[in-house]
Amino acid sequence: MPAGVVTASYIVASILFILSLGGLSHQESARRGNVYGIIGMAIAIIATITSDQVSGLGLIIPMMLVGATAGFIVGAKVQMTAMPQLVAMLHSFVGLAAVFVGFANYMDPSLHFEGTEKTIHEIEIYLGVFIGAITFTGSVIAFGKLQAVIKSAPLMLPARHWLNLAAGLLCIWLGVAFVGAESIGAGLLPLIIMTIIAFAFGVHMVMAIGGADMPVVISMLNSYSGWAAAATGFMLSNDLLIVTGALVGSSGAILSYIMCRAMNRRFLAVIMGGFGTEGGTAVAAADDAGEVTAVSAEETADLLSAAKQVIIVPGYGMAVAHAQHAISEMTQKLRSAGVNVRYGIHPVAGRMPGHMNVLLAEAKVPYDIVLEMDEINEDFPNTDVAMVVGANDIVNPSAQEDPNSPIAGMPVLEVWKAGTAVVLKRSMATGYAGVDNPLFYRENTRMLFGDAKDSIEAVVKSLT
Amino acid sequence: MRIGVPKEIHDAEHRVATTPDVVKQLMNLGFSVAVESGAGAAAKFSDEAYREAGAEVVSDTRELWAQSDIILKVRAPEDHPELGVPETELLREGGTLISFIWPAQNPGLMDSLVARRATVLAMDSIPRISRAQKMDALSSMANIAGYRAVVEAAHHFGRFFTGQITAAGKVPPAKVLIIGAGVAGLSAIGAAGSMGAIVRAFDTRPEVKEQVESMDAEFLEFEFEEEGGGEGGYAKEMSKAFIDAEMALFREQAEDVDIIITTALIPGKPAPKLILADMVESMRDGSVIVDLAAEQGGNCELTEPGQVVVKHGVTIIGHTDLPSRLPTQSSQLYATNLRHLLTDLTPEKDGNIQVNMEDEAIRGATVIKEGEVTWPPPPPKISMQAPKPTPAPQAAAQPVVEAKKPSAWFTLAFMGAGIIAMLALGSVAPAAFMSHFIVFVLAIFVGYQVIWSVTPALHTPLMSVTNAISGIILIGALLQISAPSGIVVFLAAVSVLIATVNVAGGFLVTQRMLKMFRK
Repeated sequence: MPAGVVTASYIVASILFILSLGGLSHQESARRGNVYGIIGMAIAIIATITSDQVSGLGLIIPMMLVGATAGFIVGAKVQMTAMPQLVAMLHSFVGLAAVFVGFANYMDPSLHFEGTEKTIHEIEIYLGVFIGAITFTGSVIAFGKLQAVIKSAPLMLPARHWLNLAAGLLCIWLGVAFVGAESIGAGLLPLIIMTIIAFAFGVHMVMAIGGADMPVVISMLNSYSGWAAAATGFMLSNDLLIVTGALVGSSGAILSYIMCRAMNRRFLAVIMGGFGTEGGTAVAAADDAGEVTAVSAEETADLLSAAKQVIIVPGYGMAVAHAQHAISEMTQKLRSAGVNVRYGIHPVAGRMPGHMNVLLAEAKVPYDIVLEMDEINEDFPNTDVAMVVGANDIVNPSAQEDPNSPIAGMPVLEVWKAGTAVVLKRSMATGYAGVDNPLFYRENTRMLFGDAKDSIEAVVKSLT
Repeated sequence: MRIGVPKEIHDAEHRVATTPDVVKQLMNLGFSVAVESGAGAAAKFSDEAYREAGAEVVSDTRELWAQSDIILKVRAPEDHPELGVPETELLREGGTLISFIWPAQNPGLMDSLVARRATVLAMDSIPRISRAQKMDALSSMANIAGYRAVVEAAHHFGRFFTGQITAAGKVPPAKVLIIGAGVAGLSAIGAAGSMGAIVRAFDTRPEVKEQVESMDAEFLEFEFEEEGGGEGGYAKEMSKAFIDAEMALFREQAEDVDIIITTALIPGKPAPKLILADMVESMRDGSVIVDLAAEQGGNCELTEPGQVVVKHGVTIIGHTDLPSRLPTQSSQLYATNLRHLLTDLTPEKDGNIQVNMEDEAIRGATVIKEGEVTWPPPPPKISMQAPKPTPAPQAAAQPVVEAKKPSAWFTLAFMGAGIIAMLALGSVAPAAFMSHFIVFVLAIFVGYQVIWSVTPALHTPLMSVTNAISGIILIGALLQISAPSGIVVFLAAVSVLIATVNVAGGFLVTQRMLKMFRK
């Protein structure tokens, strides 16, 4: 295929990728968007394989067949509750591929650059490998944490900020050595050392971040995988890679920003890891806590069937308990009885952006009753029952009422303004932030203790 | 014991201290009840109805007083216009009187009651604690007064309360300002709101904001830190600076609203002057002010207690007998308050009262016990709705928000630095790089625009699809797989493999997820 046609195919592919992301602005157009993405990818791959630059179909086809089969198996089998893990794993692949492509490109004897071009090209390689390496190990660790192979509590090495700083400075120094290297052999050593440091850096960075900050980490790694692709694009002077990488990179960056805003935390503070280190009393005084009012599943069923307006607020606990199907069944029963049941979703509910929406969609909850926090927060005063399923910090009133709370200023769902708030909870443990939740002690709050799935199933039984 | 209910003698007092329904309940407590003939006439309760309920109807006033152990009244005793003697003289020696007394304002009355060695329970001295709410006649009456104030205002107001679009043109809704959101204020808010008016309310106690807003009225506020909550759920007097800020708010509102209903009272003090002459002047012609504090001197400077006057084109209603203007309702509630008090006074239900001074509600109400003045009582222990001193959350939140927004100068400097960096890069980098760089920067901007419009519900599919798309790195691997070096081919082949996993897995899982989203 002539080079002009290849470039034209790349343009078409770029446009299709943009349309693909644009399609996600509405549920109706989302599936068409995904199809655009698939077509775009197919065009890009076919154009590249058939271009004059590429030969060796004998190697490419088996590799792609194996990869595609593996991808299909994983994609078809994964459970919706395991989506965050899958996404993390896929990020790691992009990272690793970026590292390999970077090395391959550096060692490719057929490429020759001179002067500034050489310097820039080597900086591009160096950056691509660096970002790719961080993405790879960071994603692997994130996967481990989400899969509960690694403990999700933040790992706090002593002087960890200094360690990071030292690693960063070392990488810059190695970079200078790499660019200044006379031959490919001489440059390879600093590149390999840097890659190892970047691997360690990625591990350390994600290890220091706790479980509930995962939405930020996943989005951030998403962004990195994009930048890695863009850096590779610069390295190969390939505009399609640059465009796609930039699209993915800015997408991940925006998601990270949205997640941070939803937690009222600065991006750097999340990345630096840990929680509650910025001062402020971590735990509210326990003495003004007061009594909680427990409630049984039957009473909850009575409350719900007597209500006209119900809002359900799911959190990570719903995903852990796999309670979404039971909740969906309860919703159907209540709706057929004329109760207006809706869902309020906090942006950081769950372990990745939009996690709750996917779980509810899986359980066949119609998406038009699943609303964002900003859309539904005003409706709580007119709501009879707000039901909190496995969520804690995102419904904590002290975010608004206690300026000294570690989560002060974080936007929260105002469930306490509803007539009654029913909180499904395993025990009285605090949420991720370690902040006591005054919601539980409110006069209009009822606690339904137990496993969320079992509790909801009991409620459904009593509804009849 | 025998309970006597005389006819009220105060001019234009239409209420009566008991109703036929309550008579039956009092008899269940073991009392016998006598009612003066015609006592309930003004409140639309006939002698016949009382008789049917089991009460004795007595036509001789002296006889009724003399034969009753307990006298239930509405108004405090006064000089009887027909008999020419004070009512206190009629009260039997050592008898019990339950009515409004206002001991602070009526020292003479207190003296003559002491002289009769009476036991006196003042309905105005029932402490405002939760347990005593059922006998809190002030609240009952305030509720009625608030409602009636709106009715009076509507009566004198020349327009609809509710806004309407009629064939004959558009009618704007009336704007009602209610000052003081106590029982009367809230009742007025409810009444005015249900008639369709736009209701605003002001109170010095910030904790009532929620109550006001729960009734769909707007709570007016101004920036000032001072808590107005006093003891027993009443407001307290505010500082000079606070009052100035308050006045400014009222002055501004006076020009806008059609109706002002004031209910501001501070216990034991003359009513605060909140609506000054110039504010009345600034109101539109035809506006109405209802001053519920008229009896204590009025919240409006131009109020004439007991009168309806028109000044500067504004009708100012200073009725002091608003509850009496709804006599059936107020008698019913007042009689029920009395019945609750009597229930607490007769724990044995044997028709004999025990004035138990250990009981906080009864202790508070008892102003004279067997000729001994027991007023004022020790202060109530618990304050209703004790406001927790919250350190001005809004003020605390404000600076945080502002600190986050960088100033315009900062933004400019940032952009300037960016442009300079860009020029510096352009001066050294080769043209080929710069052309790629343009593509890169533009793609970021396109991404930025596109991603913001993605609905948050689809953020997970967004991540998986961007994941699949970032498998585009496959292209990079493909471009190198035909290199002449073995190691390069190996690295490229592995990259092709894993990048394909990404592409296939990412698109497939996205498709699966998106299929699940349904209406």
